[in-house]
Amino acid sequence: MHVRPPKNSQSKDFLQMEGIGVLMTCPMFPYLEQELEQRFHLHRLWDFPSRRRFLEAHAGSIRAVVGDTKVGADAELIDALPGLEIVATFSVGLDKIDLGRCGEKGIRVTNTPDVLTDDVADIAIALMLGVLRKVCGCDAFVRSGKWKSGDFGLTAKFSGKSVGIVGLGRIGSAIAKRAEAFGCPISYCSRSEKPHVSYKYYPTAAELARHCRILVVACALTEETRRIVGREVLDALGPEGVLINVGRGAHVDEPELVAALLEGRLGGAGLDVYENEPEAAEELFPMDNVVLLPHVGSDTVETSTAMADLVVANLEAHFAGKPLLTPVI
Amino acid sequence: MSSQPEPGAEPGSGRPDVLVHRLPSFALPFLALLCDHFTVLDPCTDSPDEPAHAFLARRAGLTRALVCVGPIPLPADTLRLLPSLRLVVATTTGVDKIDLRECRQRGIAVTNAGTTFAEDVADYAVALLLDVLRRMSTADRYVREGSWLKNGDYPLGFKLRGKQVGIVGLGNIGSHVAKRLQPFGCDIAYNSRSKKPSFPYPYHASVHDLATNSDVLILCCTLTEETRHVIDREVMTVLEDRGVIINVGRGGLINEKELVQFLMRGELGGAGLDVFEDEPNVPKELLGLDNVVLSPHSAALTPESFEALGELTVSNLKAFFSNQPLSCLVQGE
Repeated sequence: MHVRPPKNSQSKDFLQMEGIGVLMTCPMFPYLEQELEQRFHLHRLWDFPSRRRFLEAHAGSIRAVVGDTKVGADAELIDALPGLEIVATFSVGLDKIDLGRCGEKGIRVTNTPDVLTDDVADIAIALMLGVLRKVCGCDAFVRSGKWKSGDFGLTAKFSGKSVGIVGLGRIGSAIAKRAEAFGCPISYCSRSEKPHVSYKYYPTAAELARHCRILVVACALTEETRRIVGREVLDALGPEGVLINVGRGAHVDEPELVAALLEGRLGGAGLDVYENEPEAAEELFPMDNVVLLPHVGSDTVETSTAMADLVVANLEAHFAGKPLLTPVI
Repeated sequence: MSSQPEPGAEPGSGRPDVLVHRLPSFALPFLALLCDHFTVLDPCTDSPDEPAHAFLARRAGLTRALVCVGPIPLPADTLRLLPSLRLVVATTTGVDKIDLRECRQRGIAVTNAGTTFAEDVADYAVALLLDVLRRMSTADRYVREGSWLKNGDYPLGFKLRGKQVGIVGLGNIGSHVAKRLQPFGCDIAYNSRSKKPSFPYPYHASVHDLATNSDVLILCCTLTEETRHVIDREVMTVLEDRGVIINVGRGGLINEKELVQFLMRGELGGAGLDVFEDEPNVPKELLGLDNVVLSPHSAALTPESFEALGELTVSNLKAFFSNQPLSCLVQGE
């Protein structure tokens, strides 16, 4: 059921917005689709057999693109939409948006920072506990009936283990605060040392990995951080070490990671992201020292709703000539 | 006709007898450590074909100390076979399977595992909570069975920040749980036998009151006459259909039959259970539910816990045999 806005001075803006063409790049959240549909003329890219067919039909009428971590706004799409004014991504990550091209053309970009920080940090801790305490393996053990024949055995203690965080931004800091409550000593690496931070700083991921048991990737994906976790870092982590990735699959050299795990050169891994989602390193499926999640870092009802509200609010602000709430450029 | 019980130790050996009371399937991980200091009587290995009561009658008449391993019951019947017993060292924190009344009447001291497991159990309680809310184990299964490729995105979970978490039992484990949950942004409250003035969170005088104000209940208390089935139909009703129960205490704290019904009818949001009323049996209805995470009473089982437990056990036995004070006394002589 559509919600009718109250008849006041804002209703003119509201009605005007109904004609604005907004392109959603892929299915991401039904609530977001509904909210966009109520306010704008929503086009769904996946309703068309190909991007080209969509562009032939509607390129000229699109003034906003709503993308996410699967399908964003690359240079080709941006160039094909002459009326494009704003890209509002349903994510905090910007790696699927050609920021350079947007900047050149004066196209605004917004994302959804802060609202998902807690959820991603929570998943990082869940993965740490999951890998060390073999929570998923224990659950499977009971479900299979094996408990009737014997005990599961000991699992690795989590409290007090040293945690190294790659990237001490919002998410990295939130992970640090949580791990501290378990008595975990915290260290980090970052583009530069952060003042007013009591955690130990290391200048490179490899140095960090040499000095911690659990390494968490929580930084943004940029040219510099692509494959920041490769053979050297994995070797430094070693057979007792655990890798947790809540960043992007591209942060990690996945073939090296798989080899290290299969050969026992790495102790374990908790992954929420992969190089080629939704493919998820199938070779790891039989292993009990890994936890594999389908990119659910921010996937809670509450956060998805808050992210959707932020996307809509940014678009409304833009078309009403008001300041954007969470602009990137 | 009863024969004179054989002494367990050679006279003057200085290595007193310690009886290990355990289920055959439950090896004592620090058995070697015990053997370094004591003469260990272990019916399961010393005389596996002999009924336990016959062994005890024959060999343990002079035994003064017993190590009670894991979940094995220690009822009055067994205690009466040990006329010289003065000390029971339990390897668990929960001693609900030991006949404490019989021990009290006989003046037998009972010690437990104290705080050795508290951190690990608290860690697991948080792990279960995160798993239930964020559906970690079911999502991991979803990936491994190929469903992410075939069926696309996984259904949404629930945020932890802002949830009202009620801790039932604010002993060592409960306090550790509260400390760990604090940075996650939960609103923490508790019920315990008595209010803890140094604890900064709201106290509720009854578990029912606590449940009325909670989205999540985490059970960390001991099982006693008073706490048996403390989580009953009334409590589950007020938790409502988003409510989540995490149990790292004892299975008997929850009316398990009711719990299964509430979960099957969708009247409870989910459960994370490390303990059950009749281990290792788990209600089969739970095995088919996606909003439930199960574990085989393993919250305490880490190498560090067992090392600490071994040290505590040996230390308490040594203290006993040299008339020193005992630690982790559940009830004295």
